Order: sequence, then structure tokens, then C-alpha cells
Amino acid sequence: MMTENTNANQNALSLGDWQLSPWLKRIIYWELGIPLALLSIGIYHGLMQVIYRAGVLHQSAFAGLDYYQGLTLHGVINAIVLTTFFAVAFGHATITFYLKREPTKTLTLLSFWFMVIGTLMAAWAMLSGKASVLYTFYPPLKGHPLFYLGTALLIVGSWFPLFDWSRLYRQWKRENPETKTPLAVLGTLVNFIIWFVCTLAVAYEVLVVILPWALGYKPTVNVTLARTLFWFFGHALVYFWLLPAYVMYYNFLPKLAGGKLYSDMAGRIAAFLFLIYSVPVGVHHQFSDPSITKGIKLFQSILTFGVTIPSFITAFTIAASLEYAGRKRGAKGLLGFFTKLPYLDTDRYLFAYLICGLFLFIFGGLTGIVNASSELNNTIHNSAWIPGHFHMTVAGPVFLGIIGMSLYLYQTTSGKKLFMSKVAVIIPYLWVIGILIFSTGLSWGGLIGEPRRTNLGLTYLNPKSELFTPEWVPTTMLGLLGGIIMFIAGIMFLVVFFGTMLKKRSAEGMLTFPVSEALHDEKRIPLFDKFKPWLAAMAVILVIAYVPAFVDATKNPGPGAPRFTPDNPVPVQTEQPSATTTTGLTKPLSFNKN
Amino acid sequence: MQIDRFEKRVLMISGALVAVFIFSMLYARSKYNDLPACIPFNKTYTEPKVTKLDDKTYQVFAVAQMWQFQPAQIYIPVGSDVDFYLTSKDVVHGFFISEKNVNMMAVYGNINKQTVKFDKPGVYKITCHEYCGTGHQNMQAEVIVNDPAAR
Repeated sequence: MMTENTNANQNALSLGDWQLSPWLKRIIYWELGIPLALLSIGIYHGLMQVIYRAGVLHQSAFAGLDYYQGLTLHGVINAIVLTTFFAVAFGHATITFYLKREPTKTLTLLSFWFMVIGTLMAAWAMLSGKASVLYTFYPPLKGHPLFYLGTALLIVGSWFPLFDWSRLYRQWKRENPETKTPLAVLGTLVNFIIWFVCTLAVAYEVLVVILPWALGYKPTVNVTLARTLFWFFGHALVYFWLLPAYVMYYNFLPKLAGGKLYSDMAGRIAAFLFLIYSVPVGVHHQFSDPSITKGIKLFQSILTFGVTIPSFITAFTIAASLEYAGRKRGAKGLLGFFTKLPYLDTDRYLFAYLICGLFLFIFGGLTGIVNASSELNNTIHNSAWIPGHFHMTVAGPVFLGIIGMSLYLYQTTSGKKLFMSKVAVIIPYLWVIGILIFSTGLSWGGLIGEPRRTNLGLTYLNPKSELFTPEWVPTTMLGLLGGIIMFIAGIMFLVVFFGTMLKKRSAEGMLTFPVSEALHDEKRIPLFDKFKPWLAAMAVILVIAYVPAFVDATKNPGPGAPRFTPDNPVPVQTEQPSATTTTGLTKPLSFNKN
Repeated sequence: MQIDRFEKRVLMISGALVAVFIFSMLYARSKYNDLPACIPFNKTYTEPKVTKLDDKTYQVFAVAQMWQFQPAQIYIPVGSDVDFYLTSKDVVHGFFISEKNVNMMAVYGNINKQTVKFDKPGVYKITCHEYCGTGHQNMQAEVIVNDPAAR
């Protein structure tokens, strides 16, 4: 059925192991280690939330940390800090490995320090309780200015590598004009271009719209505009999380399974479709918002369906690659290949992490299509269904890819043996069980009206409260059970990762990846090997999709909103007007309004 | 370019699936609740009240604020069409009537509108589903449809 195609010209690339420079190796370790250490705070708060939600605790705060503060920490650490740090570290590794060139030291260090200092600023604001505004930080709820500034620094820091990698890529391309760009490099560059474009909006939101207002220089803020800017970034962000996992699926998973990548071209098409489709779809988070017309919402809904295409392509291509691997190992019948994959092979533990993520993504993708449908959104918007969905994507392929690859990158480049390798290979399966129970509870709860982002234990699941809602008891209990399993799996991972770090070096560490050959290695088609036409298409679609939305968001709202803190219905007072404030120069800074 | 026959098939299946999604979305639009409407800001919508247009049509001007909805109880007869106009006095709030698929964000300086028919008697809870500060979990109101004690 499947024939080998031998006109491979990818052989022009030599993909041997690479010895990282000591400084780059250290940076990569820190970029993997810092967010994983913070993850312990992130998953602790994940556990606390399921406990609160299930009505086990009827308090607003426990052990000194407030529910909504924990929710903010959980979201920011797990979804922004961990993902951004990892994407940068993984990008350094893929670019270096495939192009056999290392990034510039100064720029890499600069990027690292921007991200670290930004993270520390935001972490301080959140831990001191001055920025419990959740990770979406919707104004007019006001957080501490350092929270906004910190996230902006983290994001800006993650831009630098893109400029550096593009330079390395152009250099490589000049030397190898007729060779296909390695798929992993293409994926990494596409991912960071998406990231750069979408974060321009959030950088504008934070630096121009929110910070002057949070500091008290500007009296009011246009909330709908801020929300629209946020979601311009907020949805593309999820593809920024997802694409490193896709890079692993296309480039490493087939080889780990013992086979080949079914089609290399499919991977290129998927990457470029992500490039043009993933940014202009953010309005689908605002289907329930005022001030944006139904026409724009419908148009963006249909564009969002467009993003399902690259995921369908991936689902098919990866499944076909796994089938090929299974058949090579002697599988028979239509689905027999499922039984022949190396699920528990400790030498190939990365396979377990990737396949588990892929499995969860089936459900994550399907629930996502519901969210993308503008009309169905009336049923599930902001209900518990939403975290039910995104835990199967972010805590599915994204998280499993991140932790599996972090372990793999550290272990191979350091030359250490895995700590508790049998446990390491079981963690992802335990995680899948946890997530499936947890997300079933949340999705079901969402369909019967359970809101997200609410401390249900205080009221709705407190039998002493007049708002007590007994229908939500079974659903939140499922959430609690799944959450506990996930927490245990998460802790086990941290033990394995940091345990491996404490081990002695037993071999020379090298940067090496399980590179998959393509089964159908098509000839190079220039269109699918060039960024410019796709960037132009992206720009056109962006303008068509977003100019009307921004016009609506600035035209329809009335007065702008003053500043509010989460604990007080009275707006934060701006300082007494004085003669000098018109210049804005002598006005005192006010940080401590919380 | 030669396209693999399996790939061709999967492209067709994916295309058909997306077409089904789009169709069902458009179908839901005509059959069930439509999306919230885009209404330019107008100060008259910011005073909480319930007005009766005729026997079967009501307007509810709902105002969300930390941490309550006004009006907190809305009495209407069974079979009425209700236009909900929603705004916020402070931060972003949610307005969720789960059984009726009414789902809106309340945003300062903005007006949101959704229309819904209440054809069965009962008490429909309005829940705030967007985090709006420390009292967020207390924020609930109700629509009482054809309550015998109704005014």
C-alpha cells in the first residue's frame, strides 16, 4: 500500500548530533528549569481550585492565599510563563540542531533577562495580592502596574530570538537555496512570527491603553477596545502554545514510533495555514460582547473553522505515520497498528508524552469547534465547559509536549540518566486519566450552567448558602477527582525532572533529536518554502478581519471606565487635580491604591 | 503536484465536516437564540427597570454592578418575549441564563441586547459568570415566569 519514495533531497542536510556551547546549554537549562520550578506553584493552585469548587472549602482564602489570587497565579504561570519560556528554549534547540548554527550570545542573554525580570515583577505583584485580576486582566479591574509591565517585559524578551533565528535562517538559505527548509525550522519560525504579530496587540494594550490608566495618567479606559486587543493576542497565543507540540508530532513522533512521516508537504501546508489563520480569529472570544456587530462575529467564526483544517491535516498525517510504524512492526488489520506502538518503552519515553497529548487533542479539538460556532456559544460561553475544553488542549498536547520535551532536552544534552525511568513513562497516562475525568466534569457542569472562574465553594456549593445549587455537586466532584490525579501526575513529573538534574553525568551530553524521515518526500515547491507570499496573505486577512472589529470597538462604546480594585465597588480616586497636572510632569506616581 | 489518494479523501472529509459545522451554526441562528446585538451606547439604558410593551413583550434594562444585578427579580407572564438590555456600572460582569441560552457580557459604557422567549413557567437564575471581584460568587438574580404570587 505504501511505497518508499527515494528521491529525497533532504539528505543534503546532515543532521548529526551537535555539541552546544556551554553558555547556550546553561541558558536552555535555566529556561526549562525556572518555569518548571514555578510550575509547582501553578499546579498547587490548580489543586486548590478543584477543592474550592467542589465545596470542600467554604472560604475565600486558605493558607494565606485567596481563591482568585490562586486562579491568577495558576493561569499566568502555567499558560504564559511556562509556555513562553519553553517555546524560546525549544526554539533555540531546534534552530541550532537543524541549521547547525547557534544564536548570538548577547541577544540570547538579553532575551533571557527580559523574561526573567518580567516574570519576577509579575510574580511579585500576584503573590503580594495586588494583581488578582486573572490572566485575562480585563480592565476596568485594575492590577498593580508592575503586573502589566512584567508581562510586557516577558513578551518583549521572547521577541528577540525571532530576529536572531531569522538571521540564521537567511544565512542558511543563502548557502542552501535549493534545499527544502527543514520542517522543524519552518514550524518554529512560523510559530514565532504568529507570536510576534499577535503580541504587538497586547503590547499596545498594556503599554498604551492600560499602563497610563493604571498609573492614573489617563482617567478612563475603553473596555471593549482593550478586550478586542487582548483577544487579538489571546487566541493566537493558543497556537503559539500548540505549534511546538506540532513540531514534535511531525518531526519526532514518527521516528519514535519506529516509522516515517507520512507526508512532509502536509506539515508545511499545515504550518502555513496556521500562519495565515491563527491570528485573525480572536473575536470568537467576544461572541457575547456588546459593541461588535453580528456580521464580524459570523465572519470570524467561519475563519476559526479554517483553523480546523491544519489540525485535520495533522490528525490524518500523524495517524498515517503511526499506522506505517505499526505495520512495519508487523501489525495486521485496519486498526491493529495501535497495539504495536512503543507505549511503555523507557528508552523512548518521549513517545508516551506525545501520543497521550495527541489523544487528548482529539477531544480538545472537537469541543473547540463548539466554541468557535458563534451561535452555540450562547450555551457555553464562560461556563465551566470552557476550562473543560482548554484543559484538553493546553493541558493536553501542549503541556505534555512541554514537560516531555523539557525532560528529553535536559536529559540528552546533559548526558545524565533518567531518574525513575519507569515512573517517567507512566506519568502521561496517569495525566490522561486525570484530565479525562476532570474535563468530563467541567464540560458537563458547563452544559448545566456552572460558571467558570467562580469560587463555587463559598456560595453555590455551600449547603448553608441560599444560592446552593445541588445539581453541580456531581460535576464538581468529577473535577475534584480528576484534579487530584492530575496534581499527583504533575508532582511525579517534577520529582523525575529535578531528580534527573541531581544525577551524575554518565555520558557526554549532545543535542540530538529523533529526526523522522519523510515517507513521501515531495520535490521542493518554492511556494511552500517561502515566507513572503504567506506573510502577505496573513496581512490581508488580518486587515479584513480586524479593521471592522476595531472600528466597532471604538465607535459604539460610550464613556470610558475609571479604575476599580477587585474588593471595592467605588472607583479608585485619581489624585487631586493641580495646576501642574496638565503637563503631566510633576504628577506623583501612585502605585499603592490597592 | 501529485496528491496522494488517501490525502485527497481526507481533505474531502475534512471539508465536508467543516461545511456541516457552518450549516449547523447558521441553522441554530435561525432556530434558537441569536447572538447579542450591537447597540451603540445610550444613557437611557443605564437605569434599571422593566417595561411592558404589550401583553407578550417586555423590556428589561438590567444593570450589573459589584456584586448584584438590578432589577434582582423580574416577574413576567408565561409566553412573553423579553428583550434584555444590559450594561455595567463598574467592572466587566457576566449575564448567564443557562436554561435559555442567554449569554452576555456586561461592559462599562456599552449596551448589550439579547431577546428570549419564556414559554415555560419557572424560576430562571441569572448568574454572573465573569470574575468581577471578591464578591463575584454572590452575584445572582432571577427571572420569575408566571409566578402565582406575581404582581
